[in-house]
Amino acid sequence: MEQKVLIIGAGVAGAEAAAQLAENGIRVCLLEKSAETGGNVKNWVKLFPDFTSAQDVRNGIFDKLKHPNIEVRTGVTVHKLAEENGQWIAEDQQGNRYEASAVLLASGFEPFDANRKEELGYGIYDNIITSIEFEKATKAGQLLTTQGNAPKRIAFLNCVGSRDEKVGNNYCSRVCCINAVKQAIEYKELVPDGEAYVFYMDLRMSGQCYEELYRRSQQDFSVNFIRGRISEASGTIDKRVQIKAEDTLTGLPLKITVDMLVLMVGMEPSEGTRLLARQNGIAGEYGFAQAAGTFLADNQTGKQGLFLAGTCKRPLTIPETLADARSASLQIMEYLK
Amino acid sequence: MKNFGFKISKPRAIDLDSADTSLYKKLVKVVPSLERCIMCGGCTATCSVNNHTEFNLRKCHLLFRRGQLDGLTQELDKCMLCGKCTLVCPRGVNTRAVVMNMRILLGCATYERRVSHAVGK
Repeated sequence: MEQKVLIIGAGVAGAEAAAQLAENGIRVCLLEKSAETGGNVKNWVKLFPDFTSAQDVRNGIFDKLKHPNIEVRTGVTVHKLAEENGQWIAEDQQGNRYEASAVLLASGFEPFDANRKEELGYGIYDNIITSIEFEKATKAGQLLTTQGNAPKRIAFLNCVGSRDEKVGNNYCSRVCCINAVKQAIEYKELVPDGEAYVFYMDLRMSGQCYEELYRRSQQDFSVNFIRGRISEASGTIDKRVQIKAEDTLTGLPLKITVDMLVLMVGMEPSEGTRLLARQNGIAGEYGFAQAAGTFLADNQTGKQGLFLAGTCKRPLTIPETLADARSASLQIMEYLK
Repeated sequence: MKNFGFKISKPRAIDLDSADTSLYKKLVKVVPSLERCIMCGGCTATCSVNNHTEFNLRKCHLLFRRGQLDGLTQELDKCMLCGKCTLVCPRGVNTRAVVMNMRILLGCATYERRVSHAVGK
């Protein structure tokens, strides 16, 4: 029988793994629930930590899908994934069945829904946006408040939906700290005389060049960092945002009114990740898919022929996801031998 | 001897070699969730009392943890036990129980009767 691999999710992980497998002579069927490939990275303009154009990265990843061994099917939501007699069967909403010798789950993450943190005023007051909306807004090269002005003062709040027992997520989403630094710099480039504040609990600058970017944001862009979690944000009569926090380093309560508040939303498992992981008994804590081993079997699962790549497992950066996808495709090739 | 008005001032440093942290150990036995605190200050930012007085739960907790107990009884007296801090805590610390048990451990015995309901994890 012909060796074929089914990949669920055409984001960074799914596309990179598809390209690697295809290059090695394996036929791949890539299923994507959205109308187009691209995953979450399609919302981004520039990427941390060096402001690489997201479009260039997208081209580099998704152009490789034009390969004779790859069949891309968009608008396909897999709602059932199971093994039958050594073959893996995925079924979509119309009852179409896709069969393969191995499956790679690359169904990724979705951003935390900021409406769940009601005290932060998202969806209630004007000029409170998420980090993803910040990206979308700056796509056209400008950032405007709902009144149509450039914000003279902006605040970024880290750990929205991450490290928060109140929403059931104790884990760190890992990318928000550095993304806040990146977006604060982008704000200062758009509004050089504006004031930028970043509210943080801990700044986790663990990636290559992250600490340097943080340093640059202080030295070259005068970004202000305040160590404290915003407890409440509310709208003022002139549609600004009033913020309450503790400035934990002085030990005093702090109040500031800004023109715009950006909530750095964390990563949660996507609906597909939750569903398919649960169906196959590999749902870990928080609904992410659980690999068989932390060190030596990070792409394998307890089930023969079911592999994992990317943010369906945990929050990852784009370079980490790419490396993980390549690693997964290698494991799949080993398996098919 | 003539008194020139000089004296040796007490060192300000927290001396963990001599600090008595035994009360803190007792506290976290009763309220183990306190060990999870990440010092974000959410409790203090939302505190109804903190807006008008110097009461700062995050700081009280830290001083208690470091065995710096001077003046803490008076500070803790300011808390009204409204529980807003418990609602916002991202680490699920039972902050209300923290205040109550610090009071008890510091020997504010008068509170003990009033607050028996607030003791817990």
